[in-house]
Amino acid sequence: MADKPSKVLIIGSGPIVIGQAAEFDYSGSQACRALREEGVHTVLVNSNPATIMTDEGIADTVYVEPLTVEVIARIVERERPDGLLPTLGGQTGLNLAVGLADAGVLQQYGLRSLGTPIETIRKAEDRELFKQLLDDIGEPRPESETVTGIEDARRVARELGLPLVVRPAYTLGGTGGGVAHTFDELEHIVRGGLTASPIGQVLLERCLLGWKEIEYEVMRDAADNCITVCNMENIDPMGVHTGDSIVVAPSQTLSDKEYQMLRSASLKIIRALGIEGGCNIQFALAPRKEIAEWSLSPDGRPPYYVIEVNPRVSRSSALASKATGYPIARVAAKIAVGKRLDEIPNRVTGKTTAAFEPALDYVVVKIPRWPFDKFPLGERRTGTQMKATGEVMATDRTFEAALQKAVRSLEVGGRSLLWEDAAWRDVDPREYVSEPTDQRLWAVMAALRRGATPSELAKLSAIDPWFLEKMAGLVQMEQRLLSEPLTPELLRQAKRLGFPDEAIATLGDRLPEQVRQLRLEAGVRPAYKMVDTCAAEFEAETPYFYSTYEEENEATPLAGQKALVIGSGPIRIGQGIEFDYCSVHAAWALQEAGVKAIMANSNPETVSTDFDTSDRLYFEPLDEEAARDLLENEGAYENGVEPPSIVQFGGQTAINLAGPLARANLPILGSSAEAIDVAEDRARFEELLERLGLPQPPGAAVHTVEEALQTAGLIGYPVLVRPSYVLGGRAMEIVQNPRDLVRYVSEAVATSGGATGKPILIDKYLEGIEAEADAICDPEDVLIPGLMQHIERAGVHSGDSMAVYPAIGLTQSEVNTIVDYTQRLGLALNVRGLMNVQFVIMRPDGRSSDRDGGPSTVYVLEVNPRASRTVPFISKVTGVPMVRLAINVMLGKSLRELGYEGGLRPRQSLIAVKAPVFSMSKLTGVDTYLGPEMKSTGEVMGVDYTFESALAKALQAADLALPSRGSVLLSLADRTKAEALPVIRHLGKAGYRLFATEGTAAMIQAVGFGVEEVPKRLDQGHPNVVDVIREGLVDVVINTPEGGQAATLRDGFHIRRAAAEKRIPCFTSIDTARAAVEAMAGGERHFTVQPLRDYLI
Amino acid sequence: MSDKALLVLEGGTAFAGRPFGAAGRAHGEVVFSTAMTGYQEMLTDPSYAGQVLVLTYPLAGNYGINRRDVESRRIQVSALVVREACDVPSHWAADMTLHEYLASEGIPGLHGVDTRAITRKLRSFGVMMGTITADESPEEALARLRSLPSYGSIDFVRAVSTDKPYEWPDKSGAGKLALSGAEGPEKKAEEARYHVAVVDGGVKYNILRLLRERGCRVTALPCTVSAEDVLALEPDGVVFSPGPGDPALLDYMVGTVEGLVGKVPVLGICLGHQLLGRAFGAKTFKLKFGHRGANHPVKDLLSGRVHITAQNHGYAVDPEGLCGGVEVSHVHLNDGTCEGLYHPSLPLLSIQYHSEASPGPLDNVYVFDRFLELVEATKGSA
Repeated sequence: MADKPSKVLIIGSGPIVIGQAAEFDYSGSQACRALREEGVHTVLVNSNPATIMTDEGIADTVYVEPLTVEVIARIVERERPDGLLPTLGGQTGLNLAVGLADAGVLQQYGLRSLGTPIETIRKAEDRELFKQLLDDIGEPRPESETVTGIEDARRVARELGLPLVVRPAYTLGGTGGGVAHTFDELEHIVRGGLTASPIGQVLLERCLLGWKEIEYEVMRDAADNCITVCNMENIDPMGVHTGDSIVVAPSQTLSDKEYQMLRSASLKIIRALGIEGGCNIQFALAPRKEIAEWSLSPDGRPPYYVIEVNPRVSRSSALASKATGYPIARVAAKIAVGKRLDEIPNRVTGKTTAAFEPALDYVVVKIPRWPFDKFPLGERRTGTQMKATGEVMATDRTFEAALQKAVRSLEVGGRSLLWEDAAWRDVDPREYVSEPTDQRLWAVMAALRRGATPSELAKLSAIDPWFLEKMAGLVQMEQRLLSEPLTPELLRQAKRLGFPDEAIATLGDRLPEQVRQLRLEAGVRPAYKMVDTCAAEFEAETPYFYSTYEEENEATPLAGQKALVIGSGPIRIGQGIEFDYCSVHAAWALQEAGVKAIMANSNPETVSTDFDTSDRLYFEPLDEEAARDLLENEGAYENGVEPPSIVQFGGQTAINLAGPLARANLPILGSSAEAIDVAEDRARFEELLERLGLPQPPGAAVHTVEEALQTAGLIGYPVLVRPSYVLGGRAMEIVQNPRDLVRYVSEAVATSGGATGKPILIDKYLEGIEAEADAICDPEDVLIPGLMQHIERAGVHSGDSMAVYPAIGLTQSEVNTIVDYTQRLGLALNVRGLMNVQFVIMRPDGRSSDRDGGPSTVYVLEVNPRASRTVPFISKVTGVPMVRLAINVMLGKSLRELGYEGGLRPRQSLIAVKAPVFSMSKLTGVDTYLGPEMKSTGEVMGVDYTFESALAKALQAADLALPSRGSVLLSLADRTKAEALPVIRHLGKAGYRLFATEGTAAMIQAVGFGVEEVPKRLDQGHPNVVDVIREGLVDVVINTPEGGQAATLRDGFHIRRAAAEKRIPCFTSIDTARAAVEAMAGGERHFTVQPLRDYLI
Repeated sequence: MSDKALLVLEGGTAFAGRPFGAAGRAHGEVVFSTAMTGYQEMLTDPSYAGQVLVLTYPLAGNYGINRRDVESRRIQVSALVVREACDVPSHWAADMTLHEYLASEGIPGLHGVDTRAITRKLRSFGVMMGTITADESPEEALARLRSLPSYGSIDFVRAVSTDKPYEWPDKSGAGKLALSGAEGPEKKAEEARYHVAVVDGGVKYNILRLLRERGCRVTALPCTVSAEDVLALEPDGVVFSPGPGDPALLDYMVGTVEGLVGKVPVLGICLGHQLLGRAFGAKTFKLKFGHRGANHPVKDLLSGRVHITAQNHGYAVDPEGLCGGVEVSHVHLNDGTCEGLYHPSLPLLSIQYHSEASPGPLDNVYVFDRFLELVEATKGSA
């Protein structure tokens, strides 16, 4: 065995995108800490600031820089590590490691790949090499062939027959893959797959649709000791990406013989690959006798195929870690520096070692969290391309209860399993069962309610009848709850099957609160049991808990002062990893202050649900019922005094619990439910601003089309309209004229049930400069660590805007006004802890330049009395530990006692740009234009000493950088043409080849540049605008939509989708495009690469 | 059948649940297993004779009962206690439900119980006697329980062993029940390479299957067989099988081991290992709550390797008294107990765990290969 390395470089996974979410922050943080315990100096690089792993104190040296081979090579040159750990940063980490090897960097600097040799990465990732390996060790694989072109693909299809699965090499989340049933589909998918694959290679594979999909998590050390951590069964059979499948652990329909057969195969494979660390292996298992009985003939092949191997920690390994309590990333990191499994202690039991296999005595269900509540027009069908942004996990002693808890954890509009789509009223829901979609689970329930049998649905869906029988059992209980009196025995049975109080109330025609009282009177309370890795065989030191309706409660209340941190649930658009970052820091700050931290969360991908982040973890749905139950459990033996809850850090999920907790007389730490309500209730907030004399965009709440037209006429177009309630995903819209307003409002009114329904909000749309402030407030002072200015003008959701710290484009008087308003708001709202305020600045000359041309007006757009998504960003670039300060303020300390004063902190000399990252290539049918509804899944940060360099880094990290030469396609809305002139001149002068649609081309010619005109309409001959994108003739697209949801938006839609699928930058805001063009001209080649802390003064 | 039943423990605790399987009372030593799959194999494992088996994992019956996965000719546990007994199994090979299986063999079951709570109790207080009952008060059941002979005083081996010798696969004796376990995907034995005698102290069929698969002619023998009778068969190797109960009661088998060691290669598995230990002077002792499950890490002291093993034993060999040159080859990583013996010069080896798996991980079938290497070496030198 090689010597233990002294300095190890760890590559993070970059921004959150579909297929690569918070799980890599979890695994990276765990690995950094594990290596530090071993005395290894850790150097971490990641472009994502909203991560725990990039905090000081997790790794020894932290770089927040773009994840490119060039940048990492510079870090290697500077740091001279002797080990590289490539297996913790997801597919990004693996690809970069291979890139570094190919570029000769590893060899040049004597950098050793730890854990998994580069050769192994290639073997597992390269389809042909992997096939060869499986053949060599006699493990069965589906017949397949790798192709690099369409003609080849057709030939293979003729040989193997359709349908075929298309899998591009070296992509994450199955990007660009699919199942082809026809030759046309084959051509389409292969084309996409070849583009998606960085090496232009796709695999065509025998289709195993309907086979069981089973995964194993395997560990191996350098002494060749191997264990499996657990197995998992996908409820959605083969054909649906495992990231989009409902998954259960351990497997529920496998006999011991099958379990062990696949386990043995897993060990054989990890040994053959020579992995030292963890890996995930996916199998397809024959579901039926006629297939499975192959195995009965002595020479027959076994009834399974090996589908895929991930030679690294993965989303599945994060799930497996949380499902079992076995910290895979931690163990993998220790193995990578030479430890044997039996030398690594099991931290959960404190007695045993990592050389064992966890025994579960519960059932875990994972459900993906899809973004279709945000994108109702997106293609909802799930397949080999993953679409979920995050996931939830729930644990219970029965499958039924775990399933229902997982559904509660999803937080999709309070949806329980009782939910049915309106469309199913008139159609047989059986129709929705055969096709996998994000709604299939509910469609199955609906079909069962209408009399479909499990075996019938099993035929339609290929879901194992076992799961369907269980769901049928739930429908039977629904019927009992509908028809029978709610006796204590019936309540207990329903709770044991996981029915939430709210569902019992709906079925039993009561209020949820009445059901709660009934069951408390009957003594029907949850018990809390441990996830302890060993099924109770040993006492556990650091277990975590799940609720279940069983006899013995193992969670006796924690002694001493304690507080509950309510986490943020699944990663979704609008509520990302930032809130997990905040929740984790909240727990740590509580502990530092001598208060025991209790964490509640439902997301297995996170650091917050790591077993040693808090003093006690409850893995629970984040709803009122679960929160009250666990708070009562913690209060049980202290004269009934429940610990206070902290709702500021878990995003909207946690803040939404403020009201219900307050109504239940449960204490809240920090800003009161009352303060939260004033900020969130439009009327009360308006009143407050009026009282304080702070300007806000004029607007009103309306109920009818007439009122809407009247209001808009009064305040003037354009206006921003949005429903004041959740309505089938109807988004916020910027409306330019009365015609569009009538369309929007009449549709909304129709759906909401006429004038008596909930109102529609209309505000003047101010297309000014957007800025925001994060602040920490105590009763005396309001501390503003820093201000951010958005690159895009107002109208683009703040989460989708690029933002720069400090607000370098604002005048001193504008800054002063913002600081003044923020302080007044903080004090008036009586905020204790964090607050975020968003502003729009209108200058008298209407320009965005910062020359003083008279006083500007600063409008307050909104106030959120909670941690915002920019807290990690601002904390990192200002050095102010915002969450720690907020927690201490909540505990009663003043900012002054903590060493801070009110007002705006002096700015750092660095400049930081935050850029959003989208996952649009994965979401077919979703329009990508920037607007008032958030669409991004993650973010990156570029930090440097000049704006241009910071911007260039941010763009590069977000994959939005312009190539230094190439071609650009422009298709601009009339209203943005004038604004686009500087961009066009810049591009023209820099020698870009320009393509443009009709009107835009005319304008470009008018300013004296050559341009190739392409038809915008797809029916006007070829090559049209989409062809030039698909064929790779253009490197960048600038397309500004006309606005509204009219035909023009649809024209542009094809352009934007083509760009998304081609994975080239597509700018839909002239502001972003201008920034990108400027950055290309500026400091890209000059940027600094240094540890984050070196940028701070 | 009443819809309520109890598990009453010797310590006085009662757990309420619902009966399934056969109606009636049943008692035995209450033990838990943490294995997540393999209930059918566990039910038919003779080492569970005289015991009430509690499955900590909450679900059983989910993939039904099939004719292949049996490990002996009947259900061996006295009763089964589970959180949930699945009535609608889903598996292509399933022939009946768990309930039907227990009912058909007259074995009572109890479901709807917090089996994790029972496990925690046994973990803290050690295994103890217990009974399932549906027609007594807890006090009455307790009184009855206390009048019954204790588990450790009964020789269960005689009860589970075969009456007369048979060759595997057995077409007459073992195959008399509908669920034979003799079928299955074993390779056809070509010309048998070796003849292996298996002294059946409660053998699991998978030991016989694996030997057969490795080209052996396999003869199972009653536990009372004498060393002379074994040698008369001229076997190339002898296996002492796993089995139930306290090895201290089995002097007659220890004698058989003593009569064979040095004369023919010997492999001891589980109970067989304990007998081998006793033959070399060691004492055995009762573990607090035993080792039962599919995830036990065992370290091979000779290679340094760790293997995950299936285990089912309540007694262990105390290596203190070992003599005659035999040495400890394996230890349990969790509690350091002796998990294997070897001899530097004599052809013998023994393991405390179940190398035959079924249920459990297949990591240790290599033990059979290692044994057959000893057989081959001995045969070659003879």
